[in-house]
Amino acid sequence: MTAIPAYTGEQRVTQLRVLASEWTKLRSLPSTVWSLLTTLVLVVGFGIIYSMVRVARPPADRSTFDAMGVSLSGVQLAQFAIGVLGVLLMTGEYATGSIRVSLAAVPKRLELLWGKAVTFGLTTLVLCVPAALVAFVAGQSVLSAENLDIGLGEPGVARAVLGSALFLVAVGLLGLGLGGLLRNTAGGIAALFGLLFAPQILVGFLPESVSDHAYKYVPAAAGQAVMYLEPDPQYSLPPWIGLGVFCLYTAVALALAAWQLRRRDA
Amino acid sequence: MIEARGLTKRYAGKLAVDGLTFAVRPGVVTGFLGPNGAGKSTTMRMIIGLDAPTSGSVTVNGKPYRAHTAPLREVGALLEARSIHPGRSAYNHLLALARTSGIRRSRVDDVIEAVGLGGAARRRAGKFSLGMGQRLGIATALLGDPRTVILDEPLNGLDTEGIRWVRSLLQELAAEGRTVFVSSHLMNEMALTAQHLIVIGKGRLIADTTMVQFLTTRGRSVVRVRTTHPDALAARLRGPDVEVSFASGEALTVAGLTTDQIGVIAGTAGITLLELAAQQASLEEAFMELTRDAVEYRANTVGANR
Repeated sequence: MTAIPAYTGEQRVTQLRVLASEWTKLRSLPSTVWSLLTTLVLVVGFGIIYSMVRVARPPADRSTFDAMGVSLSGVQLAQFAIGVLGVLLMTGEYATGSIRVSLAAVPKRLELLWGKAVTFGLTTLVLCVPAALVAFVAGQSVLSAENLDIGLGEPGVARAVLGSALFLVAVGLLGLGLGGLLRNTAGGIAALFGLLFAPQILVGFLPESVSDHAYKYVPAAAGQAVMYLEPDPQYSLPPWIGLGVFCLYTAVALALAAWQLRRRDA
Repeated sequence: MIEARGLTKRYAGKLAVDGLTFAVRPGVVTGFLGPNGAGKSTTMRMIIGLDAPTSGSVTVNGKPYRAHTAPLREVGALLEARSIHPGRSAYNHLLALARTSGIRRSRVDDVIEAVGLGGAARRRAGKFSLGMGQRLGIATALLGDPRTVILDEPLNGLDTEGIRWVRSLLQELAAEGRTVFVSSHLMNEMALTAQHLIVIGKGRLIADTTMVQFLTTRGRSVVRVRTTHPDALAARLRGPDVEVSFASGEALTVAGLTTDQIGVIAGTAGITLLELAAQQASLEEAFMELTRDAVEYRANTVGANR
């Protein structure tokens, strides 16, 4: 058995180094890699399958057919995969105890949270933009069999494709924030699903005069506004405004996670 | 150098650590002893900033841990061996940790070799035995070539070879001038390894002294005597400061007299001795004696203190 050799290299902790560390963590966990792949398969695969279904059963009224929404329908499923992964990236550290090692190495705790958020956000973005594009192109080529397709150059199309990828990034970070806030996998996933499903149901209990207006601001509706070619102003915010509102929810979750991380014992 | 001043931690109304003031100095192995629930782990967590003290403070090498810009250079810690994601390999666990401080890959290989995990480094850590987990934990602690090493129960799950390795490693680290602070409930092992002792019970400091002094002042040496007439000898030996108890067979355990004194008394009385041996006070006995009133969790055995 050899003794421990000396090490003389400089070893200051910087935000950039924490990013590199988080990237190593992200890519070195098979379960994380599988979750990311699942997200991509859902975006592309489900878009193609649903396009094929619609080609087999063409709509009666072609003027209201949403070719965009059909080809990107996989995003509706993929949001849960990426959101749950976001929760797990934080709660996994607490469940396994590795948070102790992580925070001992990065005692300025917020650097760890920002490192995770930026690494995860960028990874999701880099994977989901091409995935959404492939889903769109493949979906439209399927739909072209019945002349239901639209082109990438048409107004709003590029925005919707990019926006759906950004929406997935925001859902993932929302999960990350909730995971960091609650430090518990079951709790984090419940809170995520609750936020994505419950508000629209609760809004339904409000008087009709307010409910239509309030509905636009619930997370799910706000986030998906960016995926419609022509959002109906009565039920939906303008595309980028909607996504912006969703990002606000994400920002609040991350801010609460940051506050808890600083305040509570690890 | 670790310095705690009035370090206090309260969880949900219960004092886990109660006004601890002590210093852990470089160059020697300092053992950290206390019964289960005494507050050892909590104290160690506060040293590296995982838990915030309710009051008081603790510094490492002159600063609070969080104020250090190169924390892995200052402190290497092993707190609870299973502090690793089971899905990640030992190599990637260490690499991710190294990245936070810009530590080179070659250093990761070095520490893996040094703790003897070479063959298993690429396997998922979830498949590791307890002993391998401890070795990985020690590799984690040594990654940054730290000036201060804090190890919570590093011997758990190690085999004899592993225990001997940790013992020599700790002594080597101390000899290199590092601060070495290690908790263990294996008293005999601690007696062999540590030169200084900090003992706590119910969150309070009970002793802060050298091992030698602890054993001589706290330990109670006893003499084992075997004789053909134990009852007769016991009657002759008993006195105000002498305690005689019957051990198995014809043996007596005598406290408060030296072997010389017992031999003379037996000779005068004409009692034949078969065996007369001084028994060195053990750290375990001294520890039990000292912490008897400070034990948080104890099996409710009648007559346990024979």
